[in-house]
Amino acid sequence: MWIIYKTIVIKEILRFLRIWTQTILPPIITTLLYLLIFGGLMGEHIGSMQGVDYLYFIIPGIILMTVITSSYSNTVSSFFLAKFNHSIEEILVSPTPYWVILLGYVSGGVARGFVVGIGVFFTVLFFIDFEIYSISIIIIISLLTAILFSLAGFINAVFAKSFDDISIFQSFILTPMIYLGGMFYSVEILPEFWKNVSHFNPIYHMIDSFRLGFLGTSTSDLLISILALLIIITMLTIFAFYLLKKGVNIKT
Amino acid sequence: MSNALIIKSLTKTYANNFHALKGIDLSVEEGDFFALLGNNGAGKTTVIGIICGLLNKTQGDIQILGLNQNTHINEVKRLIGLMPQEFNFNPFEPIEEILINQAGYYGISSTDAKVQTKILLKKMQLWDKRMDIAKSLSGGMKRRLMLARALVHQPKILILDEPTAGVDIEIRRSMWSYLKELNSSGVTVILTTHYLEEAEHLCRNIAILNEGNVVEQTSMKKLLAKISHQVLILESSIVLPNRIEQTQFSCKRLDDYSLQVVLKSDTNITDALQILSKQGINIDHIRNAQNRLEILFLRLINEAV
Repeated sequence: MWIIYKTIVIKEILRFLRIWTQTILPPIITTLLYLLIFGGLMGEHIGSMQGVDYLYFIIPGIILMTVITSSYSNTVSSFFLAKFNHSIEEILVSPTPYWVILLGYVSGGVARGFVVGIGVFFTVLFFIDFEIYSISIIIIISLLTAILFSLAGFINAVFAKSFDDISIFQSFILTPMIYLGGMFYSVEILPEFWKNVSHFNPIYHMIDSFRLGFLGTSTSDLLISILALLIIITMLTIFAFYLLKKGVNIKT
Repeated sequence: MSNALIIKSLTKTYANNFHALKGIDLSVEEGDFFALLGNNGAGKTTVIGIICGLLNKTQGDIQILGLNQNTHINEVKRLIGLMPQEFNFNPFEPIEEILINQAGYYGISSTDAKVQTKILLKKMQLWDKRMDIAKSLSGGMKRRLMLARALVHQPKILILDEPTAGVDIEIRRSMWSYLKELNSSGVTVILTTHYLEEAEHLCRNIAILNEGNVVEQTSMKKLLAKISHQVLILESSIVLPNRIEQTQFSCKRLDDYSLQVVLKSDTNITDALQILSKQGINIDHIRNAQNRLEILFLRLINEAV
């Protein structure tokens, strides 16, 4: 099983490395623009958020956003393309168990999320000097986030029947959730109603916990956030495995 | 001889309510070279898809070398190599990587996979192209790549769905020769093709599918024996006489150098040649006016309709 798993993961990693100008470089450039515009130019006028300088406040959210979009994009595009050009049949005719297929693709998504996240992190570090509160919180939250969105990307790819279908979720659900999850602001500044609504957005918990790892400041309970992430991951894993085993949109 | 494949009462109904297979029974002996023929939409690719685990069946049982597909799906998959009809590789992957990855999906270590890949790519005359992406290959090369990929885990049963479609004659002949070699080494080969000459040349047994039903399953020899007469074109290098005497077979002069001869099943070609020779007609070349299997195929399909 190890050889099969390794084959899928290496294939997935080589795939995104081969097209690094599409997969790794753009998020790094976008991050620099965010830092320059929101942190550098506008940040001076905004002042501080949750007791920290605005530039430092937005850094964790920006890094986590790249982890979310990269891990999601990797599985959704890779698995959909494999369906589209029928190369998924290479795996389906082999004795690869469904759980290994799922684990392999999710690991590929996590790998891209980490490669891009680390790339963005060091780019930020190159320009801005800051101290980290807890590296273990950062690793745990980024890992769980990458797993969750790799699974979401995989499920989207299973249902997708056209290239439009793989961008609909990202454009209309994922991006609004990221931006409304407190990436650029603290939900504490929202009116009570919208503050309560934000608590139902899982991305708020991810960004807030990730920010805790960087800055040592948070508005939610870390353990509850981790537990919520684990519950969502478990549910998505069961659903993705069911879809794969049933052969939805793969085996007709 | 044990069976490589047994299919019992296999049905397949697609989501759009199309009944692709209507309860077919089929068996293929181990070591056989077996032709699965039928018109477009007869159900050939559906049968293959179900055998290889690419499609869910509606009902029925499949046994591969004594293993039930329902209970031993992964063991069954290890025994089968599939060369599908449509190109189904990532066109942007280098061809060596495609083969090594495919071996990896069967749990073969990268060291062993590299050795096997080298052997197969050399055999398919693709070794020089190993670093090229699949997209850059010609149609014939892509077919050979898919054959190499189907063999990378050394399967006991090789299923070929239209293996020589779009392949030039020279490559087709070399593929035939390689497939015969594989079959001689003990690999059971199941072939679907629209080139009936290919099936007649390679296969020992045959099944004909029509609209989701098996309309015939027999040996190639028995099937061809059903032909009541054979139409041959005989060619001579010297000008033929205007009048040719014959009693045992009908003979028609097509032009100065060729004759069309219709032989009944009780007349053999040697007798016919002797009769012609006595009249000073020496024949240099003989060919079938029409593919024999083609005649039978069309007859069986028409009978089924």
